[in-house]
Amino acid sequence: MANDNLQIKAISAHPGAVASGASPESSYEVCKLIDTTTCIGCKACEVACLEWNGYEFRETTFDNTYQTMPDTEWNYWNLIRFSEREKDDGTGLEWLMRKDQCMHCADPGCLAACPADGAIVQYENGIVDFNQEHCIGCQYCVTGCPFNIPRLNPSTKTVFKCSLCSDRVGAGLEPACVKSCPTGCLHFGSKEDMKFEAEKRSKQLQANGFPDAGVYDPAGVGGTHVIYVLHDAKNPEKYSGLPKNPTIPIMVTLWKHPLKWLGNIGMIFGIAGVLTHYLRVGPKDVKQEAKR
Amino acid sequence: MSTNTTALTEGSVTASGEIVRYSYKERLCHWTNGVTYFFCLCTGLAFYSPYLYWLSAVGGGPVSARMLHPWIGVFFYLAVVWMHTMWKQQMTSIPEDQQWKDKIKDYVENNDSALPPQGRFNAGQKLFYWVMYYGALSLLITGILMWFPEKWRSLHWLMTIVIPLHAVAALFTIGAFIIHLYMGILMVTGGLSGITTGTVSKEWAQHHHRLWYDKIKQGK
Repeated sequence: MANDNLQIKAISAHPGAVASGASPESSYEVCKLIDTTTCIGCKACEVACLEWNGYEFRETTFDNTYQTMPDTEWNYWNLIRFSEREKDDGTGLEWLMRKDQCMHCADPGCLAACPADGAIVQYENGIVDFNQEHCIGCQYCVTGCPFNIPRLNPSTKTVFKCSLCSDRVGAGLEPACVKSCPTGCLHFGSKEDMKFEAEKRSKQLQANGFPDAGVYDPAGVGGTHVIYVLHDAKNPEKYSGLPKNPTIPIMVTLWKHPLKWLGNIGMIFGIAGVLTHYLRVGPKDVKQEAKR
Repeated sequence: MSTNTTALTEGSVTASGEIVRYSYKERLCHWTNGVTYFFCLCTGLAFYSPYLYWLSAVGGGPVSARMLHPWIGVFFYLAVVWMHTMWKQQMTSIPEDQQWKDKIKDYVENNDSALPPQGRFNAGQKLFYWVMYYGALSLLITGILMWFPEKWRSLHWLMTIVIPLHAVAALFTIGAFIIHLYMGILMVTGGLSGITTGTVSKEWAQHHHRLWYDKIKQGK
């Protein structure tokens, strides 16, 4: 939910410029770092997310894995995705745990696709937040999102997702999930610092038997404000389908830019055209024609 | 002069010498199409451009506009089907239509004496009809997919194509609609009363739809 303490950078479907106002919060870019190599799958972050955001815990769905339920929900924003797979070198099995939630893209597809003024805002600090009081439930955001994150609340017909605890961050606190993590797998700070930490950890992994270790901060969406350390950064798909090169879908970009402007120009010229015709040629007056 | 306009049959001549262009049923159908299309146009444009978001007021605000747009869209489509049952035959091409299309420049410049005689609907009206007919069909198919995308989440990728297609189909109908409004209200004087009160003058019928007029005269 939109936070008055944070400076706004972009507003969905907003005609005209966005003025960023004064705010008590400094506006450096924030970032959550998820080190998948130290996640033990304890789900403390899932519980903390529900508690802070005021959603009730619910029955889990057991499907022979260590995953709480098959998918995230409108009131369950944060899910440790679990994947048991054979190692690439054939030396046995490996368990991959990936904390899945909104990535808070620098170039957010949800915001680009949204037609409702003010329903999605991006703050100067990089958080992308949904403002349900302005949401109309069209779910264009789902279409624009390369990570398949936004979820519809079927009773209110509005869409929800992880807010990166914008309310906590606006008050100078870290997100609830980060606060609860017992292994130090989650970190929160400036984007710069988190990138530095992530690179340091990747180098450590590379030197210790994981030559493909690296940082996931996809450039296709301008970088994200949630980044991963992966022990195999060359194949992010194996972490329960983390996209290799996520971008805003090309059709969404075409629709929101060239098609929209062609359409607008077409409509304006259409109206101007018929009115000019009226001035130039005038009406078809049957009586005058008959006289001629 | 108070004629009961519901009793008029198309092609008949009133006591005052006016010709009945559209029956009550046809006019009712036309305006059902018109009102439902106009509602979807305004609410749709609201979601098309941030600069037109205020048009969602037509639907009672953004949230109810999003709720009503698909429902009224379905009613629009049903109205199109209704119209199709009445006008399908009359909207098919006749040889004179091509001659008319070849002389479109004369029509646009009001050089009407150079035009071949036309039936009850001229080639331009027929073209408008088919743009709206196929436009409505495309809008219905894409629109139903966009109505509740949560029901087919796995088709998530398909929506990136469906939504722009819905906009393209709408833009085609809007282009046709601008011309339709202009011609009906401003350009073809005397035409508007045909679709409101149902009648046109003898001269009007003779001038714009000679083949239709001749048929009525012969039938008399």
